Amino acid sequence: MAKKPETKQEVSTTGHSWDGIEEYNNPLPRWWLWTLYLCIIWGIGYTIAYPAWPMINGATKGVLGYSTRAEVAADIAAVEAQNEAINTKLAGTELTEISADPELNGYAQSAGAAVFKTWCAQCHGSGAAGAKGYPNLLDNDWLWGGDIEAIHTTISHGVRNETDDDAHYSEMPAFGEMLENEEIDQVVNYVLSLSGDAPDAALAEAGAVVFEDNCAVCHMEDGTGDRSQGAPNLADAIWLYGGDFDTVKETVTYSRFGVMPNWNERLTEAQVRAVATYVHSLGGGE
Amino acid sequence: MNNYIKLIVLGLITLFAMIAANFARDLAYMVNALTIMLVAGGLFLWTLRRTGETPVAVDQSIYMDDVVRAGVIATALWGVVGFLAGTFIAFQLAFPELNFEWAQGYVNFGKLRPLHTSAVIFAFGGNALICTSFYVVQRTSAARLWGGNLGWFVFWGYNLFIVLAATGYILGATQSKEYAEPEWYVDLWLTIVWLSYLAVFLGTIVKRKERHIYVANWFYLSFIITVAMLHVVNNLSIPVSIWGSKSVQVFSGVQDAMTQWWYGHNAVGFFLTAGFLGMMYYFVPKQAERPIYSYKLSIIHFWALIFLYIWAGPHHLHYTALPDWAGTLGMVFSIILWMPSWGGMINGLMTLSGAWDKLRTDPVIRMMVISIGFYGMSTFEGPMMSIRAVNSLSHYTDWTIGHVHSGALGWNGMITFGALYFLVPKLWHRERLYSLSLVSWHFWLATIGIILYAASMWVTGIMEGLMWREVDANGFLVNSFADTVGAKFPMYVVRGLGGVMYITGSLIMCYNLFMTVRRSPAIEAGAHDAVPAE
Repeated sequence: MAKKPETKQEVSTTGHSWDGIEEYNNPLPRWWLWTLYLCIIWGIGYTIAYPAWPMINGATKGVLGYSTRAEVAADIAAVEAQNEAINTKLAGTELTEISADPELNGYAQSAGAAVFKTWCAQCHGSGAAGAKGYPNLLDNDWLWGGDIEAIHTTISHGVRNETDDDAHYSEMPAFGEMLENEEIDQVVNYVLSLSGDAPDAALAEAGAVVFEDNCAVCHMEDGTGDRSQGAPNLADAIWLYGGDFDTVKETVTYSRFGVMPNWNERLTEAQVRAVATYVHSLGGGE
Repeated sequence: MNNYIKLIVLGLITLFAMIAANFARDLAYMVNALTIMLVAGGLFLWTLRRTGETPVAVDQSIYMDDVVRAGVIATALWGVVGFLAGTFIAFQLAFPELNFEWAQGYVNFGKLRPLHTSAVIFAFGGNALICTSFYVVQRTSAARLWGGNLGWFVFWGYNLFIVLAATGYILGATQSKEYAEPEWYVDLWLTIVWLSYLAVFLGTIVKRKERHIYVANWFYLSFIITVAMLHVVNNLSIPVSIWGSKSVQVFSGVQDAMTQWWYGHNAVGFFLTAGFLGMMYYFVPKQAERPIYSYKLSIIHFWALIFLYIWAGPHHLHYTALPDWAGTLGMVFSIILWMPSWGGMINGLMTLSGAWDKLRTDPVIRMMVISIGFYGMSTFEGPMMSIRAVNSLSHYTDWTIGHVHSGALGWNGMITFGALYFLVPKLWHRERLYSLSLVSWHFWLATIGIILYAASMWVTGIMEGLMWREVDANGFLVNSFADTVGAKFPMYVVRGLGGVMYITGSLIMCYNLFMTVRRSPAIEAGAHDAVPAE
């Protein structure tokens, strides 16, 4: 391959030299210059078409009348118009009837999944398996009831929030202020024995009395809980905060106060129903 | 006499810092006050011991290279620190367990992320810019650095700024403005240092012996002046108390956001582009031993670049509360900026025409060329991402992170490495680098590292953007945010590996530079201490 003769080296330099660096007098590359001009012309055209130049009273609006806000609003309006009929139907159907209507159920499932992923997944996890302090919605253990109507109520009004007077409310006392440490150890052992494994059987036996005096009124004599006051079932080996001795002792000593927002103000009735249907269908619905 | 004034000033600063540490309202402020107390106190003692001695006469006829040498060392060290922080937080994102429970509030991702960005941009990049600008302006002006020890003040003052900022971040002092996190008193200090930097640089240009100002110095000067302006405006704030780090911004809401991104984008434009183009315009022709391709192009693209860049900030705020008109202007100016940015790339690459064979033989040139290549790529990608429609997909995704890093690792990092490889033998009077094959190793590790980084971030960024906007037939979102996080895991690991390769390369460079100083044959005495040319 023959080497190209270096004819282009004829270009002169500017004649300056800085620390040995010189500069050629090459012209601007044509393609570069024309691309720059094209960009400028395009830019002028674009700023005529779209809102661009600030004036004394607001900016130029652009001949296309474009607006990002209007564009988003139009998108949302289109989706809302498309779903309007079925949303009305969803909001007007008996909760228990929704799953019987295949069209309504299908819609509620996908709408509910979307609502769940946007608003609920932060606490309950995107798979709804919950986390420490945030109930698992896949199992059949429900604090405030697991039929579709109870789920709907919980989502609408929330739990222990201060923004909805109809929110579920109950508060377990902090027994650390009421019981001796020994008694707490006893009752914790007893509670653990309800689902099988008490670390200390002797203490557990003594704990039965403590339980009956202090806990049974809400959690029931057999420890199966009371959904009307959100008192968890203590006999099912499902734990919201953890079922090891230390965690249960912490719960008994200091109590817990889990909060859930009321969604009736942030979501439409159709959305609440959709997500209730979705959660109900996840496996534990009654 | 001079020393007595110094002693009084240093004594007062020490005393004030003690009082400040005593009254400190928060830990970050206290630690910073104690740092200042130690530094000022130490300088007080040092000055005191030297008072009365006859000062050693400094030869004013030679270039002032000590401060450049210090800057080279600082650049290499801060580079390693910054890359290490970046690689670690990359793995924190892949493996959240690395946000150790015992270190919560100190070295979790949220604290280390600004530490990483500031370490690489300001500590590594800033020291590189300061030391190369001091080197270049002296050579191309054929004049010793103006201002005597002011150059040293700039170097140490700037590095003190970095230490104050970094300790502040870890202990919780932050304005929460990206790339402008340091709190009010650190900002004030940087303002003093930066104006001194401007004085030194401008003073040297004023007393130059060359008739014309070399193009590299235009870029450096525009960088210094613009950064001063950006820094002051974006950090306008009112301290809650003179004894605490917290301050309140004077702008609020969308005005604050606009000011922040006017600053943020021009930090990229002037700090990471104009400043580093200054570096490119000196070191590429020197290393290639070729003239600059086109003087005309350098003028036109310089003025176009600095005129256009300053408008481009609003493209960071598409689809926000920022009015549409501002977004349009930001986008249009970003796109027109494409060719002016590429002017630097053309001038850099075409300077090598007639010397392409050096790509095979000289790994330092190879480093500079790939750096210019990444510069061209990211200055094309940037305008493209500023287009509203593209931005609606790319914004808030890892694509942005990939874009930034192809610029930062590729352009800023590689051109700095090239400059360091050029400078160390010159500054320490060595015949050559210790090992060219180690430079090759560095080159390949860094290049492959960047490619892993950028490619994985493109994939995950675009995937994430598509997942976020995916809706079903009824218009409902298909994916939750956590789904996108889960899907990104493999790419996060790849990105982390890219970081490991990049930092390995930089460690090899540090070793090579160290050995160059220690082992490479020295140039004969007499040729030492470069003298202004004319």
